[in-house]
Amino acid sequence: MAKFIMIHPDKCTGCKNCVIACSYVKEKQFRPAAARIHVYAWEREGISVPMMCQQCSDAPCTTVCPTGAMHRVSGSSLIAYDETKCIRCRMCVQACPFGNAVYDTETNAIIKCDTCNDNPSCVAACPVNAIEYVEENIATRSRKKSFAKKFKEAFQEVA
Amino acid sequence: MNGWTGVILRVNLTTGEIKKEPTNLQNAKLFIGARGLASKMLCDEIDPKIDPLSPANKLIFAPGPLSGTMSPSTGRFDVVCKAPLTNLIAASSSGGSFGPELKFAGYDMVIIEGAAKKPVYLWINDDVVEIRDASSVWGKNVPDTTDELRAVTDEDAKLACIGPAGEKKVLFASIMNEMNRAAGRSGTGAVMGSKMLKAIVVVGTKAITVADPEAFEKAVMVARKKISEHPVGGTGLRVYGTDVLTNILNSVGSLPTRNFHDGYFANADKFGGETLTAKYLIRPRGCFSCIISCGRATKVTNPKYAGEGEGPEYESAWGFGSDCNIDDMDAITKANYICNELGLDTITMATTIACAMDLYESGYITTKDTGGLAIQFGNAETMVKLVEMTGNREGFGDQLAEGSFRLATRYGHVEFSMTTKMQEMPAYDPRGVQGIGLNFATSNCGAAHVRGYTISPEVLGVPFKVDQHDTKGKPELVITFQNLTAALDSTGACLFTTFGIGAEELAALLSSVTGIQYSVDDFMKAGDRIWNLERLFDLKSAITSKDDCLPERMMKEPIKTGPSKGDVSHVDKMMPEYYQLRGWDTKGIPTPEKLKDLSLA
Repeated sequence: MAKFIMIHPDKCTGCKNCVIACSYVKEKQFRPAAARIHVYAWEREGISVPMMCQQCSDAPCTTVCPTGAMHRVSGSSLIAYDETKCIRCRMCVQACPFGNAVYDTETNAIIKCDTCNDNPSCVAACPVNAIEYVEENIATRSRKKSFAKKFKEAFQEVA
Repeated sequence: MNGWTGVILRVNLTTGEIKKEPTNLQNAKLFIGARGLASKMLCDEIDPKIDPLSPANKLIFAPGPLSGTMSPSTGRFDVVCKAPLTNLIAASSSGGSFGPELKFAGYDMVIIEGAAKKPVYLWINDDVVEIRDASSVWGKNVPDTTDELRAVTDEDAKLACIGPAGEKKVLFASIMNEMNRAAGRSGTGAVMGSKMLKAIVVVGTKAITVADPEAFEKAVMVARKKISEHPVGGTGLRVYGTDVLTNILNSVGSLPTRNFHDGYFANADKFGGETLTAKYLIRPRGCFSCIISCGRATKVTNPKYAGEGEGPEYESAWGFGSDCNIDDMDAITKANYICNELGLDTITMATTIACAMDLYESGYITTKDTGGLAIQFGNAETMVKLVEMTGNREGFGDQLAEGSFRLATRYGHVEFSMTTKMQEMPAYDPRGVQGIGLNFATSNCGAAHVRGYTISPEVLGVPFKVDQHDTKGKPELVITFQNLTAALDSTGACLFTTFGIGAEELAALLSSVTGIQYSVDDFMKAGDRIWNLERLFDLKSAITSKDDCLPERMMKEPIKTGPSKGDVSHVDKMMPEYYQLRGWDTKGIPTPEKLKDLSLA
């Protein structure tokens, strides 16, 4: 069963522990610009949203990659990046509809979430479980159920 | 360098000169960073006698060596200057992401000198630093200024700015960052206004490195575990915010009420953290690297006081609440929002209104003075109006803008001002809690709870319980807390980390990040050094031992109702022992031996 990083913006406090943990695990330094996850904040509304690679099933970054550097790992839902094959053409950066593949001038490499080899450091660092690494069907079930609960409450009020 | 970036940015607004200079490593070792290191720079560079609102004052923005790392809840920075409210050295602490962003841009601190002739803002984009025209945002409130300056710089820039209150030099104007975070106390915003500096906007993309990654990871895991398993640090503050303290302090009879005429308020629950969570909270918020999440994104739907923003914190809820004899949480929350939007310190704002209400009810202020406003205790509508008027210095608000000490002095009754060293006491009654009174009386920035939070042991039982009414052992306790806090502040840590960790864990984090070994003793001694440095500045600028005191009401007027009924403060009884344990002479002056021991002489 494939796992998936599920975000819960309603729980996110905007602390960026995920961002700094990612940057540290990947680069052994604190450089949010090099993190594979970013958190955007809307301060007037008091809400923050974490963003990272969605490991798309039909991934534009792999389609446009001319060398196979950006590729799907066989038998897995993970999109992996092979630095040795990469020619730094940045076509993946152009193609990603979410802006989640980024070229880093500092390291001359493409940076993109690889789920830390199936053990995402961002998830471990989140103090409020606003990002979770869960089985895909369970993740969607819990979200569907939380909305179903709102419907249920609305119907109960009407009845 | 690790932890520190090794670069200080110095900007002179009179000449327009922008310089980068190396951080002095010897000073960094001794004074750590943030409050400590910035205070050392200020003390070396300005004459303590200067007018705080003159171009001779300097304004320093300083994160600490832990800021920007994944050390938990340590992303803070301090704003250091000579304060206009008190004439003492100020180090007002704020959270958010501004401090870490300064480090990512490559700077241990930014020192602002001189004053511009017209409104400007500072734009820091890594190495590129520009002084830019701010006339289009001068006069605007904090959220609008934030949005508009991001639109002309970078939409995700981190931004510290003043609102109209700072521009108009309200003596307790705050500096706000990321809209809702405040370097609140002592009037740092007025100093920024006096320099015609509307904002500092920063984007940083560089790295902060760690000296000993293995030791650092271990220290982070230990600190995270201890804080998250603590009932206050791990649960209480996230669920209820700091306002969880309202019912706790009331239950021990130490919730100051009606400008400190009493220490108990029957309707406290109406503005307590439980009510805030149930009726106003949208979600908890956290500063950079925070695992505690005490921030409150909130909303008021009542059309009369409608708004959204963050807070109130406990001190703000208390100040606009029981201290003004008000239990209307809609009005209290609205007053807090207005303070954030106009850039006002909520504690001094609320308690100055309480002082005005007290003077009004005693007949020393009349409607002739207030422009027709009846400002009796409990009048929520007028309270909210007065906040707005103060931020804009309109009508009677122009008098409130000077703080309660100057207001009460103006009407010939300074004893109505609940201040020490001209700064208002926060939400802990020194008659009911003896140690905190000693901390207020000796605090180097005037009354402040965050300089030696003995409420932890005296009320909350953290890390151990002592009797709140007893004076025995309190001088030593206060000194320990003051020294620990001075060192802790200087790392960039949040005071709330002490709900879980202490000097041992902080020293381990600091050592592994910087590569300089700090034992627990070294760490505590750094705190002692910083405390004495501040004391020396204050003795040269404005005070003598006579100022190490509380308002006479605390000794002469016992708490009237509640569990601490009949109590008064015994601060005078504790003071000689405090001086002696500090290594000060009977006049409260640090002895030459003490200064030598601390490498201050």
